[in-house]
Amino acid sequence: MKEFKILAPTAILGYGFPVDSFERGMEKKPDLIAVDAGSVDPGPYYLGAGKSFTDRAAVKRDLKFMLKAAKKHKVPVSIGSAGGAGGKQHLDWNVDIIEEILKEEDLQLKVVVINSQLDKEFLVDKLAQGDIDPLLPAKEISKEDILKSTNIVGQMGIEPFDKAIEMGADVIIAGRAYDPAVFAAHPIKLGYDPGLAMHMGKILECASIAASPGSGRDAMLGTLGEDYFILEPMNEQRSCTTDSVAAHSLYEKTNPFILPGPGGTLNLKETTYEQLDDRRVKVLGSKFELSKEYTIKLEGAASVGKRTISIAGTRDPIMINQIDEIIEEVKDQVKDNFQDGGYQYTLNFHIYGKNGVMGQLEPTQNPNSHELGLVIDVVAKTKEVADTICSFTRSTMLHYGYENRKATAGNLAFPYSPSDIHAGDVYQFTIHHLLKNIDPQGLFETCWLKDYVKGDKNE
Amino acid sequence: MSKINITELTTVIRSKNAGPYELTFDLIFKTEEIFNYVVENKFITEELIAKLYGIDVEKVISVVPYSPSKAIKATIVRPIAAGDVGETDVYGAQQHGPLLNIEIPWER
Repeated sequence: MKEFKILAPTAILGYGFPVDSFERGMEKKPDLIAVDAGSVDPGPYYLGAGKSFTDRAAVKRDLKFMLKAAKKHKVPVSIGSAGGAGGKQHLDWNVDIIEEILKEEDLQLKVVVINSQLDKEFLVDKLAQGDIDPLLPAKEISKEDILKSTNIVGQMGIEPFDKAIEMGADVIIAGRAYDPAVFAAHPIKLGYDPGLAMHMGKILECASIAASPGSGRDAMLGTLGEDYFILEPMNEQRSCTTDSVAAHSLYEKTNPFILPGPGGTLNLKETTYEQLDDRRVKVLGSKFELSKEYTIKLEGAASVGKRTISIAGTRDPIMINQIDEIIEEVKDQVKDNFQDGGYQYTLNFHIYGKNGVMGQLEPTQNPNSHELGLVIDVVAKTKEVADTICSFTRSTMLHYGYENRKATAGNLAFPYSPSDIHAGDVYQFTIHHLLKNIDPQGLFETCWLKDYVKGDKNE
Repeated sequence: MSKINITELTTVIRSKNAGPYELTFDLIFKTEEIFNYVVENKFITEELIAKLYGIDVEKVISVVPYSPSKAIKATIVRPIAAGDVGETDVYGAQQHGPLLNIEIPWER
């Protein structure tokens, strides 16, 4: 069986890569250039707001190298989780960038677009039919959770990519996709072992993070054979070691042996890692086990309001000693002042130097900080209420007369004027569930770029 | 028996989200010998993780040894989902501190 080579230029589209590494990768004559463009890790805002967490110019830079190389060397390109969260707005944003590059560089490439945003009415029906289960420890959802979510995406497996490959795509740009699928779909279609292809994809999606020293902005080459795959970083300063590669299997996962995904589970119980030479590692024994029922993961986020914050510091030991009591008293005064106004808000204090990083998980009860950093954090339905509560909390705190106070000029040191910062929209994850009884290919609209319609068709 | 701090025995101690509702901790040991010693003696248990983080043991999803990486992986339920109001660490990447205090019984 001829080996199948995949070049992963970078861990996330827009993170960049050294040109030398990319060119060294192209010299290896890859059969596919693939990149994962997203993650839910940056939090619910990006999915909810339909914004990318990577920068447009940086994404365009990476894509320009990939698309030009694809044309020159006749190598297909595959992009998964477009625009970060993979919603329709993210996909539109990324498609725009591709169109711009094709035009500017005068590249003729056949592009297939796969949309992963799912229709709310369809999901409401699926919920009613009992086809949506929580992915623990997420909670059960209601119809309202679906309706209030701004964007809901389904994490596709390899099946929609199969269709795009059959259509004859030079470039596949997909919405939210299971990270390894964008790498594994091409070789699995050619008959390579799904367990090895998926495991190789799971490592390649982070590019050179699995090397030593690791980096998300550097290229990695994966070479898939009949019963093995080999990993080699394209930067000669980096090496793959059995330790660096095996350690990567742990990363961000609940269980290092059993990795569930669309349609099945990657089983790494019998996986072995061999050091092939100084810089290459050979991996054997990974298995893909089909699940009884085909499911995909749903991800959704909804708006919870607007945020206004104020950042300040205190350097007064008398105040620092009683900071918890002062905060409680200030919260009470704020509540008291607006009790007739019907204001609904959440007021939190982040105290850096005292549980600011770990919050309720913090085991250190009485740290000896000589100064504390405070963030007054207000979330309310409207900007006006968030601004009002933040402003009032800040002024109350600034002049609060705590016990034994000597410094009567003001309790807070502000690094900025204005001291209150409107931080914009706030979202939360609403859906982290499994969808069953579906057609894993038909669920995702797949079409040529020329037939792709941008914008929300529900509008 | 004297004790040795876990930082002397490991190359990596880290925390990270495993999805928006879980926090996962990786402890990667320096050698296979140390890894086997710690695993065989069950020094790192669900009870220990619960105690270090001041949570109920039911909130500890799993503690799994992973020999290919000489690692022990522990996963807990996040007290607040990633990015929810009141959240302090969206990526969950700075929740490893209490693990650095683990003392392992050690005879030289």
